[in-house]
Amino acid sequence: MSGDGAVLRLDGVHKSFGPVEVLKGIDLDVSAHEVVCLIGASGSGKSTMLRCINLLEPVDAGRIVVHGEDITARGVDVNRIRRHIGIVFQAYNLFPHMTVLDNITLAPREVLGMGRAEARHRADELLARFGLLDKRDEYPDRLSGGQQQRTAIVRALAMRPDIMLLDEVTSALDPELVAEVLNVIRDLAAEGMTMVIASHEMGFVRDTAHRVCFLDQGVILEEGPPDRMFTEPGNPRTKQFLQRIIEAGRM
Amino acid sequence: MAPPGAPQPAVGSRASRMLGGRGVLVSTASTLVFLAVVALIVITAPGTDRVVRSFFSWEDLRAALPQVAAGFVVNLQLMFAAEGVILVFALLLAVVRGLPGPVFFPLRVVAIGYIDLFRGIPLLLVLYMVGFGIPGLGLQVVSTQSIFVYGVVALVLVYSAYVAEVYRAGIESIHPSQTAAARSLALSRWKTMRFVVLPQAVRRVIPPLLNDFIGLQKDTALVSTIGVVEAAREAQAYAAANFNYAGYVVAAFLWVLLTIPLARFTDWLIERDRRRWQAAGPR
Repeated sequence: MSGDGAVLRLDGVHKSFGPVEVLKGIDLDVSAHEVVCLIGASGSGKSTMLRCINLLEPVDAGRIVVHGEDITARGVDVNRIRRHIGIVFQAYNLFPHMTVLDNITLAPREVLGMGRAEARHRADELLARFGLLDKRDEYPDRLSGGQQQRTAIVRALAMRPDIMLLDEVTSALDPELVAEVLNVIRDLAAEGMTMVIASHEMGFVRDTAHRVCFLDQGVILEEGPPDRMFTEPGNPRTKQFLQRIIEAGRM
Repeated sequence: MAPPGAPQPAVGSRASRMLGGRGVLVSTASTLVFLAVVALIVITAPGTDRVVRSFFSWEDLRAALPQVAAGFVVNLQLMFAAEGVILVFALLLAVVRGLPGPVFFPLRVVAIGYIDLFRGIPLLLVLYMVGFGIPGLGLQVVSTQSIFVYGVVALVLVYSAYVAEVYRAGIESIHPSQTAAARSLALSRWKTMRFVVLPQAVRRVIPPLLNDFIGLQKDTALVSTIGVVEAAREAQAYAAANFNYAGYVVAAFLWVLLTIPLARFTDWLIERDRRRWQAAGPR
């Protein structure tokens, strides 16, 4: 998987919220078409890390490099960078006053300057692919959680990003709706989408990730291929975390 | 009515659910007694005949109507002219007030200063200052407008400050995750405001916005103090000419007549959005 050169690189990234240091020097290389999963307890910094990559949070120190460009440098046009990096949130964050179609076509039309017809055509293709075409003219609050989250994924994909960041996208869902969302992500992985995924769904992580990173208190404590990480974790804290997950019946 | 102690019906009016069957009976009786006492006091008051004659005589009500209604047209014009400008100007103030970053500090200060100032000064004083002060400046164009225009200007100055705060509350009530989602899609700050935040914020503040506009509608009567002839002024003129106050009653009636449909229209607007956005029932 590596060897293509890193599409995304984090270099000693630090981030604090007030007195709390959430990220304490994160280093990570992600190659093209690679799926990297972030695991770790709540508060370990997974979400903050993804928000920093999307420039929703400015980093305090270190740098983030995308396609060789330092996107954390001063004077970088954040909107140009964000066109290539899609993010999907735990709480979907769809726009409640817009139909599914308008949610999806807003950014292509207003950011990429795409015509209404073309944006609609592209949205239809994606909606059909993810089984949402019949929901095109619905408002988000009328959809199930799984449908909303798939819509949010489609909305991000409509910008044709090179990298997708998924922030615990199934954590807000009822258990029976988790699978439909995970299947969409598996599809994307199979297609070769470069992704960084924060997830608590260990079964999914195990069969989808090319590489698993265990975050603990703001650092990547251990990383490796899922087979090794889940069967013979090297770090005692990783071991402890996985043990708790197994006890909670989530694997 | 269910007998006391009988099981309550599962579905009932809100009042009967709150009070129970016996409670409704008691509350109805006490309301009737209260109204009867009030009516008795009013009817037996020594001046009742005189008051009825000078405020509610049918002939005078009819006679005052054309004159007061003609004046009320001016109130409507003041209202629509002012509300149109206020909706835009106040939104601008609210957005400017919320601009982030040190670059916009001076603009923010101007917006906050403006809002503080004009929420603090009574409309009557602003009317005097604008209506008599600006013509007194002797400037071209600015000082040669009609008193109608100065009336509208004063209403806009004062009410924009209120409405700006209503808008601001709406903008701040939109969860930051909405902004994050829009920004993550590479929408600029301005486009995020325009397409994501403002449409939701404005819908949310329609009821308080209407409240301010009802206040504005009534305050158009104050514009008569700088010489604009409107409904309250015409009612006064009718009173002076006929020694009869029916004109005031007519004017009051016209204002209420305007307010109630507006309130129902707002209810309908809110209900429509609610129904459109939200699930019709359990999924």
